[in-house]
Amino acid sequence: MTPSTTEPRGLRWLLILLAALLLGVFLLLPLAAVFTEALRRGWPPMWQALSDPDALAAIRLTLLVAAIAVPVNTLGGLAGAWCIARYRFPGRALLLALIELPFSVSPVVSGLVWVLLFGAHGWFGPWLEARGLQIIFAVPGLVLATLFVTFPFVARTLVPLMQEQGREAEEAAATLGASGWQSFRRVTLPGIRWALLSGVLLCNARAMGEFGAVSVVSGHIRGETNTMPLHVEILYNEYQFVGAFAVAALLALLALVTLGAKALVERGTARGAAA
Amino acid sequence: MSVAVRGLTRRFGPTAALRDIALETRPGEFVALLGPSGSGKTTLLRILAGLDFADSGTVEIEGQDMSAVPARARRLGFVFQNYALFRHMSVFENVAFGLRVRPRAARPGEAEIGRRVRALLERMQIGALERRMPEQISGGQRQRVALARALAIEPRLLLLDEPFGALDAEVRKGLRRWLRDLHTEMGLTSLFVTHDQEEALELADRVAVMEAGRLVQIDTPERLVEAPATAFVAGFLGHAARLPGRLAEGALHFGGVPLPPLPRAALRAAPAQDGPVLAFIRAHEWAVAPAPEGEANATLRSQRPAGGHAHVELDLAGHVIEAEAPLGLLRVGQPCRLVPQTARAFAA
Amino acid sequence: MTPRRRDPLPGFGLSLGVTLLWLLGLVLIPLLALLLRPLELGPAGFWHSVTEPRVLAALRLSFLGALAAAAATVPPGLLVAWVLVRYRFPGRRLLDGMVDLPFALPTAVAGLALTALYAPNGWLGAPLAALGLKVAYTPLGVVLAMAFVGLPFIVRTVEPVLRDLPREAEEAAATLGASRAQTLWRVVLPALAPALLAGFAMAAARAIGEYGSVIFIAGNMPMVSEIAPLLIVVRLEQFDYAGAAAVGVAMLALSFLLLLALNLVQRLWRRA
Repeated sequence: MTPSTTEPRGLRWLLILLAALLLGVFLLLPLAAVFTEALRRGWPPMWQALSDPDALAAIRLTLLVAAIAVPVNTLGGLAGAWCIARYRFPGRALLLALIELPFSVSPVVSGLVWVLLFGAHGWFGPWLEARGLQIIFAVPGLVLATLFVTFPFVARTLVPLMQEQGREAEEAAATLGASGWQSFRRVTLPGIRWALLSGVLLCNARAMGEFGAVSVVSGHIRGETNTMPLHVEILYNEYQFVGAFAVAALLALLALVTLGAKALVERGTARGAAA
Repeated sequence: MSVAVRGLTRRFGPTAALRDIALETRPGEFVALLGPSGSGKTTLLRILAGLDFADSGTVEIEGQDMSAVPARARRLGFVFQNYALFRHMSVFENVAFGLRVRPRAARPGEAEIGRRVRALLERMQIGALERRMPEQISGGQRQRVALARALAIEPRLLLLDEPFGALDAEVRKGLRRWLRDLHTEMGLTSLFVTHDQEEALELADRVAVMEAGRLVQIDTPERLVEAPATAFVAGFLGHAARLPGRLAEGALHFGGVPLPPLPRAALRAAPAQDGPVLAFIRAHEWAVAPAPEGEANATLRSQRPAGGHAHVELDLAGHVIEAEAPLGLLRVGQPCRLVPQTARAFAA
Repeated sequence: MTPRRRDPLPGFGLSLGVTLLWLLGLVLIPLLALLLRPLELGPAGFWHSVTEPRVLAALRLSFLGALAAAAATVPPGLLVAWVLVRYRFPGRRLLDGMVDLPFALPTAVAGLALTALYAPNGWLGAPLAALGLKVAYTPLGVVLAMAFVGLPFIVRTVEPVLRDLPREAEEAAATLGASRAQTLWRVVLPALAPALLAGFAMAAARAIGEYGSVIFIAGNMPMVSEIAPLLIVVRLEQFDYAGAAAVGVAMLALSFLLLLALNLVQRLWRRA
């Protein structure tokens, strides 16, 4: 007898199989294709592609951009989540909506806005040029574009959790004599650490993998303004497929590590909640 | 440890949560803030703790004006309704928190912190739980941890918001008595918020009754029951029947109900002026007897034994009246004669 | 003295100040530049700029392609969410992790991978070509790439709602004599509909602006398989800032119209 609120065993397995097949073909197969293409001629050409000076420069640049953008958006996201989740003030909902706005903006537009501000024909372009400062087609532009596309990640993961937690714990800390900083460090931060980590992981994955926005501001100068995703494109357009897929495989690996870490963090959250 | 509150008013938008509150407590006193939900009692407690601020009026603690003192500098113990324990800290760390965040000069050493925390946990009878996390202990145990945490900073005043609100009836009874003993033994001055009149009357030295943001009466439990100051207090405390009436010609007349008038001399409270009133009559203030059809004014709806007598419910012209009668005197459905021996009347 | 302004938790001014500075500098001022730049074209110039046949074709492909892709991911997304929430089986956790892959995978990598897979000589492209179906370098490829990035949105918005759906409602339906199919159709699906719609909206909004995963597989033939974001890049390369901004504004307007329309539908739904 099948309980009335589930499906017969056979149908159940059929659905599970269908879902697995779907995800396998639609999501996993592309991933497999990347690694296969990268290793088409074996390991040595892949290593060669990855240890190429331009590839190394791209890896270094990607790390540098993420190392600047992620902390900035983490601090901003913390501040934003703190004031939205802990206080009531007019315009709170609007503030949250504005923080999430970059998610609904095309990556290319996210790059474009910086060109409009700082490009040769942008608002501040001539002023900057007169002083020999370059933002577009240089590292600052890459950082700004990355900041824009990764802007909401941390705030967005923190706000729902902090709203649910409420402010009682911080109030209790205040009655026990804790200063604002003590309360933040000893009560708030430990309470949100897993969600914060999860937000930072996602922010970092996007920062390292962003393509559209940085492509607009980069100028594609090899060894100088090429991040890893941009390097992939250049190699691909030059028909250096092994090289392109080798760098792509490295990025895919980063995605897999992110997903794994996120799964671990979520298990940590679950344990933290059950403990 | 004394608290003096004067002219306290607090508005949330257009509604006034507190209106012109005046309250004084004496050192060592156990005071209950009693009132229905929304009467402003929690707001008052939060203002005392510095978690909320009044629009006007002053709060003095030990003669010191508190308006410029932030919550963290007030050294008051506050026990939250849902305890607000730090979820990521063990029981021990929760209790130690207030000591650890002290400025370096005033902070006790690690050994001293351990000694004090353990002593408190022992005193709360939860010494075995020090390594547990808040999620791993029962509601009653969490309550004790919250109390220990509040007491760890050696507060001048203990404030408790619905301390038994989240507990089931059995645990609540036991903890009540224990809290009263603790208060006495530790020589605390305490203020607690409750909506449960039985709890307030059993625990407190004095009870402050609040209604719609006003403090309507503060008195000992005995005085509150014997001499309620307003119709609201009379209705809120003690289970009394509430009947509309009229004071005229030296007696209380019950207009819509078939009851004989009560002479003024028999009333426990009454306004000096004649006019419409609300009369409150408690269960033991009625006389009930079986009566033949013509003389009866009520019918017995139900009865149950309570102590040495029967607790009866009668139908008096549509009003349900609770009264006491000798055991075995009445049968359900029987016509009776119901006569008030006394009443408290308040101008309507 | 205004004691009401005080709050027992310090840091409101600091955190709000930091937040506003962060928001203003990194999002609002740049977006303002986007909105103001096309003004130099004048109304007629703006209109001309966004109704050029090549631009119209690109906007149509991005917008309709996004709608088609989001719609196409609804049934599989629902299936995956259902299986993940309702059934216990070995490998469930792995399947669950896979769903987020398009979120985590850099878009350029996804684009490259899909192209390799669906190119006429690819693992899937070859058999499909034998059947006469060309995917890569056609609008179909564009929709496929958009569906790839959109699938997790459907799954992840439906999942929590499905998990919180009380089993009692289904049991009640069963005790009232409903068949399993009737229960699913009349009790479960209506409860999931708002989440499905929200997921659809997010997937479509993301797909309208999608760039990295699409351009490799699209082939980028003007008037046929060229997406709107690519036109921005093309115009920027010609230093036509205002024209590029005009396309950007048009894309933003389309996304907001879409979100607004779906919001309206949801509101009408709730009232009905």
